[in-house]
Amino acid sequence: MVWRALLARLGISLVTLWVVSVLIFIGTNLLPGDIAQIILGQMATPENTAVLRAKLGLDKHPIEQYLVWLSNVAMGDLGISKAGLGAGLGTPIVEMLGPRIDNTAMLTVLVGAIAIPISVALGLLAAMHPGTRLDRTITFSTLNIISIPDFLIATILVLVFAVSLGWLPSIVYLRGDESGWVLTKTIAMPLLTLVILVSAQIIRMTRATVLNVMSSPYVEMAILKGIPRRRIILRHALFNAIGPIVNVIALNLAWLVGGVVVVEQIFSYPGLAKLMIEAVQMRDMPLVQACAMIFCAVYVVLIFIADMATILSNPRLRHPK
Amino acid sequence: MSEQTNSTDESFSFDELPDAPPKRKIKLSWPGKIGIAIILFWSVIVVIGPSIAPYHEADILDEELFILPGSDEMYPETEFQPPSKIVYLGSDYIGRDLLSRILYGARTTIGISVLATLLAYLIGVTAGIAASVGSRYLDMGLSRVNDALLSIPSIMFALVLIAALNSPGIFWLILITGFIYAASVFRIARSLGQEVMVSDFVEAAKVRGEGLWWIITREILPNIAMPLATDFGLRFVWVILFISSLSFLGLGVQPPMSDWGSMVKENLPGLVLGSYAPLMPAFAIASLTISVNMIVDDLSAATGGKLAKRMIS
Repeated sequence: MVWRALLARLGISLVTLWVVSVLIFIGTNLLPGDIAQIILGQMATPENTAVLRAKLGLDKHPIEQYLVWLSNVAMGDLGISKAGLGAGLGTPIVEMLGPRIDNTAMLTVLVGAIAIPISVALGLLAAMHPGTRLDRTITFSTLNIISIPDFLIATILVLVFAVSLGWLPSIVYLRGDESGWVLTKTIAMPLLTLVILVSAQIIRMTRATVLNVMSSPYVEMAILKGIPRRRIILRHALFNAIGPIVNVIALNLAWLVGGVVVVEQIFSYPGLAKLMIEAVQMRDMPLVQACAMIFCAVYVVLIFIADMATILSNPRLRHPK
Repeated sequence: MSEQTNSTDESFSFDELPDAPPKRKIKLSWPGKIGIAIILFWSVIVVIGPSIAPYHEADILDEELFILPGSDEMYPETEFQPPSKIVYLGSDYIGRDLLSRILYGARTTIGISVLATLLAYLIGVTAGIAASVGSRYLDMGLSRVNDALLSIPSIMFALVLIAALNSPGIFWLILITGFIYAASVFRIARSLGQEVMVSDFVEAAKVRGEGLWWIITREILPNIAMPLATDFGLRFVWVILFISSLSFLGLGVQPPMSDWGSMVKENLPGLVLGSYAPLMPAFAIASLTISVNMIVDDLSAATGGKLAKRMIS
């Protein structure tokens, strides 16, 4: 039964991914006019435009173009970028993405490793003492953090740690061979910004989830039996809240996709999101397509994990009638 | 005299009818009250901002203005000047008055956000109600399309569209944002609408022979208005942050128009020079979004958010 639910969700995820690929393909081909000409810009002559058109497969029917693109993407060929077109016929996108993906992955994994334990603990703490000064402080400050723009948090951190104290660099300059302390110092600012952003969300949602479980009849029963509150939370509520909390964590890591775009831009962190912004500014459509596909795929996978956590932790969903 | 007695005689007595339920009072906390004051303040600025601004938003101030009395320096710096009597909040990266730009920018930022949120509501609520009252197939079709839209991170969606449209103008910015946020509004409007549709009083209205339009306008809309209004506040905050982020990335509102998000971006280099110029517009955005959230927090507390708390303490 579990497997059937899992497979059904997996199927939905794959369909979603396919629909997303169609939407991205339509989105990037919205533009009327000749993409080959736009790519070549001032260098466009009738001859090399025709060559590029044939190379990009633009002389085919849109549906055929989509199928070719999709099968290429499935086989790991993401096409060629506009960058370096002057010399030859562009850089293969796969080569450009490699180091960028590593950088973004490193950042997000570290963010998750730091933010998740801290924020789940704080969320639980707030839920254990609802209405107290501690709880009010936590809820009030996290509400403020989620309501202000990402770049304000980043700006304040730069002001404090880079300008006033001079401890950390305000711009990330990664050569790729740093390690240990130097690496920590280099990426500390974007890391800190993202940790603050994600933690605020997870704390709020963890608190709400646990409070929600705390208002269920069996917890009321436990209260009436006279079990101490700490025991109720740790023995009764927490296990039933684990599924929703994992769901919350996965959702927030997916939400990181948006935060990463702004943060990488502020600190010029050489990650995937910054590459995508550059691609958008340069109107490098194949590169935009590739980056968008990667981000959406990660997003869909995380949402899938979130759903899985909900199903696996809830016996009623695990064994549907 | 006689008139008075007449009127009392003729007035009906409602004693046999049950008392109307006491009107639900929304108690505002202090943060909520301050929030309302800040929102009123910015609303006024949206209307009168450009007319009380000391300079025009695109005015690059003359060097002469900055010459201190008694100083023989002929060409003082005009960029990133600290707050003074000439420029109350300081000047920006090419020597424009920051206060004037914030006052002008209020109209751009808030105007675009309000329009985009309204558009999202127009599309989302219309489609959501259509899905909840329409046939099963209409509901399924709309919901599937919506699920697909929701499975793309909104910023990715916007980036792809902006790249395809080649840095479009404000009109397209509103359209894209409204469209993207319509998806989440649809989801809420549909589930609220469905809840009302299965209630007894809609059943009764149907039996009475009321038409679909009557049911939508007299039963569904009044019943989903309050939760939607709370959601409107939250959605508005997301839209402001979203549009500001786009502008901050250089892909939203384009210069020379002033908008709070792009003002943060363009003045960011001033931070290392000791200027607070990028912080002012960022604080303007934050004051607005925090205020809305504080009010929404009070509203949701008044409509049952405190229930969980009451159960355990």
